[in-house]
Amino acid sequence: MEVGLHIPFSAKTEFLRHDYFSMDKKKASGLPIGGTMYRLTFDENLCKTCPTCDCLVKCQYMDLKVDEAKEEMIKIINGDDSFVLQDCITCYGCEEYCTRGNHPFYLITERREEKGILTAPRAITKQWVNIGEQRGKYKLGDIKQKILSFGFVPELLELVQGRLFDDVMPSYVFGQEFFCNVVYIHFANTSIIKERLPLIIDNFRKLGVQEVVCMHDECYGAFTSLAPAYGMEVPFKPIHYFEYLYNRLKELGDEVRPLNIKVAYQRPCSSRLSPDKHHFVGDIMELIGVDLVEREYQAENALCCGDVLGMIYGYDLKNDVQKRNIDDMVEHGAEYCVFNCPVCQNALAAKITKKAIKPIHIIDLCRMAIGEK
Amino acid sequence: MKYQDIIHRCFRCGYCKFTSDYYDFNCPSYRKFGFETYAPGGRMWLIQAWLNGEIKNSERFQEILFSCATCANCVEHCVFTFSDDLVNIFIAAREEMVNKGIIPPPVRDYLKNINTSGNPYKEPANERGKWADGTSIPAYDGHEYLFYIGCVGSYDERAKKIARTVGNVLIEAGVSLGILSNRETCDGNEVRSLGEIGLFQFLAEQNVTLFKELRVKKIITLDPHAFNTFTQDYPSLGGEFEIYHYTQVLAPLIQSKKLSLKDREAKITFHDPCYLGRHNGEYEAPRKILESIPGFSLIEMDQTRENALCCGGGGGNFFTDILGGGEDSPNRIRVRQALDSGAQIIAVACPQCAKMLEDAVKAEEVGHKIEVLDVAEIVVRPLA
Amino acid sequence: MSDITLSLAQIVGEQYVSNKAEEAYFYARDPGLMPAHKPDYVVVPETVEEVQKIVRLASKKKMPIVPMGAGMSLTGLTIPLKGGIVIDMKRMNKVLEVHEKARYVIVEGGTSHGLLKACLEKNYPRLRHSVPDSPATSTIAANVMIHGQGRLTQQYGFNSDMVAGLEVVLPSGELCKIGSCSLSPEWFSKGAPLPDLSGLFLGWFGATGIITKVALKLYPRKKMRDVEIFVTDREDLVPDMVYELTHTEMVEDINIFAQPLPVIFKDNHHITLFITGDTDEELEFKRKMIWDSLDGFIKSKDGGFMSLPPVMKPTLLEMPQRSVSRFADVRKGGGFEYSGPIIAVEKYPECSRKIMELASQYDLAYSAMARIIGRSHCMMFGFAFTFNRADPDMMERTRKALQEVAEFALAAGGVYWKPTVDEQRMAIERMDPNTRNLMKMIKTNLDPQGIMNPGNWEVH
Ligand SMILES: Cc1cc2nc3c(=O)[nH]c(=O)nc-3n(C[C@H](O)[C@H](O)[C@H](O)COP(=O)(O)OP(=O)(O)OC[C@H]3O[C@@H](n4cnc5c(N)ncnc54)[C@H](O)[C@@H]3O)c2cc1C
Ligand code: SF4
Ligand code: SF4
Ligand code: SF4
Ligand code: SF4
Repeated sequence: MEVGLHIPFSAKTEFLRHDYFSMDKKKASGLPIGGTMYRLTFDENLCKTCPTCDCLVKCQYMDLKVDEAKEEMIKIINGDDSFVLQDCITCYGCEEYCTRGNHPFYLITERREEKGILTAPRAITKQWVNIGEQRGKYKLGDIKQKILSFGFVPELLELVQGRLFDDVMPSYVFGQEFFCNVVYIHFANTSIIKERLPLIIDNFRKLGVQEVVCMHDECYGAFTSLAPAYGMEVPFKPIHYFEYLYNRLKELGDEVRPLNIKVAYQRPCSSRLSPDKHHFVGDIMELIGVDLVEREYQAENALCCGDVLGMIYGYDLKNDVQKRNIDDMVEHGAEYCVFNCPVCQNALAAKITKKAIKPIHIIDLCRMAIGEK
Repeated sequence: MKYQDIIHRCFRCGYCKFTSDYYDFNCPSYRKFGFETYAPGGRMWLIQAWLNGEIKNSERFQEILFSCATCANCVEHCVFTFSDDLVNIFIAAREEMVNKGIIPPPVRDYLKNINTSGNPYKEPANERGKWADGTSIPAYDGHEYLFYIGCVGSYDERAKKIARTVGNVLIEAGVSLGILSNRETCDGNEVRSLGEIGLFQFLAEQNVTLFKELRVKKIITLDPHAFNTFTQDYPSLGGEFEIYHYTQVLAPLIQSKKLSLKDREAKITFHDPCYLGRHNGEYEAPRKILESIPGFSLIEMDQTRENALCCGGGGGNFFTDILGGGEDSPNRIRVRQALDSGAQIIAVACPQCAKMLEDAVKAEEVGHKIEVLDVAEIVVRPLA
Repeated sequence: MSDITLSLAQIVGEQYVSNKAEEAYFYARDPGLMPAHKPDYVVVPETVEEVQKIVRLASKKKMPIVPMGAGMSLTGLTIPLKGGIVIDMKRMNKVLEVHEKARYVIVEGGTSHGLLKACLEKNYPRLRHSVPDSPATSTIAANVMIHGQGRLTQQYGFNSDMVAGLEVVLPSGELCKIGSCSLSPEWFSKGAPLPDLSGLFLGWFGATGIITKVALKLYPRKKMRDVEIFVTDREDLVPDMVYELTHTEMVEDINIFAQPLPVIFKDNHHITLFITGDTDEELEFKRKMIWDSLDGFIKSKDGGFMSLPPVMKPTLLEMPQRSVSRFADVRKGGGFEYSGPIIAVEKYPECSRKIMELASQYDLAYSAMARIIGRSHCMMFGFAFTFNRADPDMMERTRKALQEVAEFALAAGGVYWKPTVDEQRMAIERMDPNTRNLMKMIKTNLDPQGIMNPGNWEVH
């Protein structure tokens, strides 16, 4: 039996204490900045002996042969200049391509930050850093030992509804206090992550929760990839929401009706942090009778939704990537495009709708299959 | 005064005066009087000035405050976060005035009559149920629904007809209902909106006690005003009942063909009563009924649903007539709006609107072009 | 009833005249910070003849007259500084004629921007006018009277540049037509090819006459609109960015804002760009043009297009933007006022540094809001502060900050827009003496008794 765990007021006020404890204030107060104690574990020997250098060889935005890739990787490891540090568009792909347990993209990010190589315009980075700052405006549902984490994705407050979530809801958290901050790897800013992520983890710890169903890949990636890579301890069990959905659909058994539609799947960058969970897309589609079209830009080859590309690199790259991606969906006869990340959905919805492809979040698709939509 | 911490926050920007597309000014008292002071922003600034002692409680001030029809157009369209409280603020100011005893004579008379007779007409309480004479509408006796009429439906000649029609139609459709007859007393909605909160509480408590004594669970109201106070105010005074406006009960019955209707051709427009629409969000039920009548075409006025112009009867003005009279009185403007839409019938779902708009049809001398009928009366005409 | 009340009642009907304390209180002030002064009478006329009669009466009695639209100019321009009669124009709110093919409309002297917009949307979906972000009640006549700016100002200049003709009641009570309509049935031009007499009235705040009709130019309304926001942390680069953007000739309107709250806006300047098109291709073409025009700044990391969450777009795309009015309640106090000098776009960096400096000096919440006028010919830079109406100290601090803005603006080569009477005085003192004399000549000749909105544009 699950025990209702009600947060005592004091715990809430403790979150609040983090609120205005921003970087600036910390620096001003002369207190130690927590982030500095976390360092990326990266085994350079793995790279030196790597037969494939898949990380950069498979990169979709640069064209490198194995030898060149190794050469550049070694430069990056040594802290030397490499064009990769200029040209990487932050698709997170190499985190998946490296199957030897290293973290090439985190390393690229570290080096960029050290060298002051900006990805995004400063104003964009500032904006994102400001948005994520903890301000005591989080929302807590009726917290149990198992919770859903909406991170700081407001769309999830709307999306998460119905019987699929019956057994956990209304046990959820939302707000900057529970926002993983992983997105800042797009902005070559790991120090903000090192500063904030431990506080976020601590907030979860204070809730006393044991299982956290992460409703966004980035959140799941934070606890299963990034935190371990930096030696941060995670005092609960993260569960990817695909796995959760899959199991729920199985439980609902007969109530699931095959949808008999053809869909394309838009894989988000953050899914690269948990490639072992990607198979659930296919599994879920099979369960709900959906034909997942075999297209060029899927799985390892997936293309970025373009949202970040626009902010960082401007019109042409964004447009080119989006166009190739959408044409590919059209070519393969997709009737729907299934999204995992609401931000991708926002970025592509209008454009795919114009091509007569309907945008739908995977949660809504599953709800459709049980007659809720 | 209640809400004192909000009143100074009005920017007097005037969004509250409009419909949502800005096609028309839609605060009935502003339409009628033309001065900013009779608009919501004007009221806010004057209440503040009065509280600060910068102006006095004059006849003009009373007219300004009591000509508000509590129609909630301002609540709907004010762009600030306190918008929900605008009507509450105006009522709170009236409450202050009532407490000090300085109020317009017709308001005083209205309240006195309710106090002494339980109705505004000074009619004997034991004649309240007379409207039902000659009908088969039974006295309430454990029926599924209590059919609550209100003062207007009980005493006003025109409204009595509507009450009978609604009662008959519901019974014909097989609804189990009964009335309180002479035991019914004022629901208090207008008493509250005129700021006599003490009297309102007395009435409400009296009603709640009676309803409970009779083990009432569900209530159908004839009048959206009663519907409003039963749903919005009674629960906090211990009166939790299932409340329906009669159109909400009738709509599904008609849609499921419990009543079969004959063809009849006419262009109808529907006038949303403020206390059903803006105050309680019910825009569909009456329309569903009208749309189900074969042959009728429902056409909307430009100002409809949350943008409907109030008939001018709300907030006690039906009785006090502070807002009435003249070409720019809201009921006359409303009738002109209905004519502009090309309708031949103005359908209403409130006995007060019925009366207000009928008076306006007379004043505008357009009786040959347009007629005012309650939704139930429209249903009755083509009844098979 | 007093003499004058009676005479006014004979003109407009008893119901539409007031000498009561309530109207005196309300019409003595506006939502801004200028000191109140009570009118003796407030009237709400419905016809041009009524306005003429009121003016004649006032002239006979040597009584001041102050025309008022919605009273939203915030700088006290409708406060009857010397008492007299306030004429609330808003009952004269008809849209009289729309000339579709010649793209102009004739409206009455109290017609609101909101009404015109609704009317065009309903009946002439291919036409639009330049909607300002003032509340929808604000009137067209007053807006051109104060040389307002709207959504089409970057393309076509001040809203007053879009006037195509006027009908004015002169201080004598005579009715006068200005522009092509003075000798043609058509209202297509406010002056050219005749001597342009509109300058005798526009910009005068009613001190030379009362507008009873305005012809306003209308423009094509495309089927689609969209918005993009370019953000930068380099205020010094904003003028260059605007230069590139205006070079494209692809943008509907360019507004720039900087404010500390909500946090998403902290630390940056936001160049808001509206684009329009009749087809997806047209819209996308324009989008590409404007993105490309700023590509250099993206590459140098000095700015980028932010990702606009879909929930934000309707707020930005609505006309008028109601969110601008909501700024008044940021401090839960229902007040805001701004000083909005018209100034060179190159002064953007100085202006934005100034507003931040003043906000911190006087502990005020601020919003810098600039609108580009013409193809970067100049801009309106709004130094906007919100205040709590129940906090006299905050109101005083706001007044002081605005006074400093007034000094700063002139020093930076700016010209006051809708100046308070104090700012008008400063402007008159410092302007070219011959210009000053010319203004005096015009005023004394048109309004020898000095009854028209007295206190405004008075040259001594
Ligand atoms: C939130 C907010 C946003 C704003 N945004 C904008 C904006 O984007 N663009 C912009 O231009 N302005 C803006 N303003 C300023 C102002 O509100 C507008 O310019 C508005 O159009 C003024 O119209 P009004 O009817 O309120 O003028 P009023 O304040 O009533 O009058 C202004 C002046 O015109 C005179 N006047 C009025 N009617 C007549 C007449 N018929 N004949 C002769 N003189 C007359 C008055 O005596 C006064 O001197 C904004 C104001 C606010 C509060
Ligand atoms: S990061 Fe991984 S894939 Fe790349 S070179 Fe190192 S070990 Fe090989
Ligand atoms: S993050 Fe993407 S773009 Fe960058 S190096 Fe890795 S695979 Fe290439
Ligand atoms: S009530 Fe609201 S909308 Fe109306 S004037 Fe006041 S602030 Fe503006
Ligand atoms: S409730 Fe209606 S009548 Fe009263 S101020 Fe608001 S809009 Fe006007």
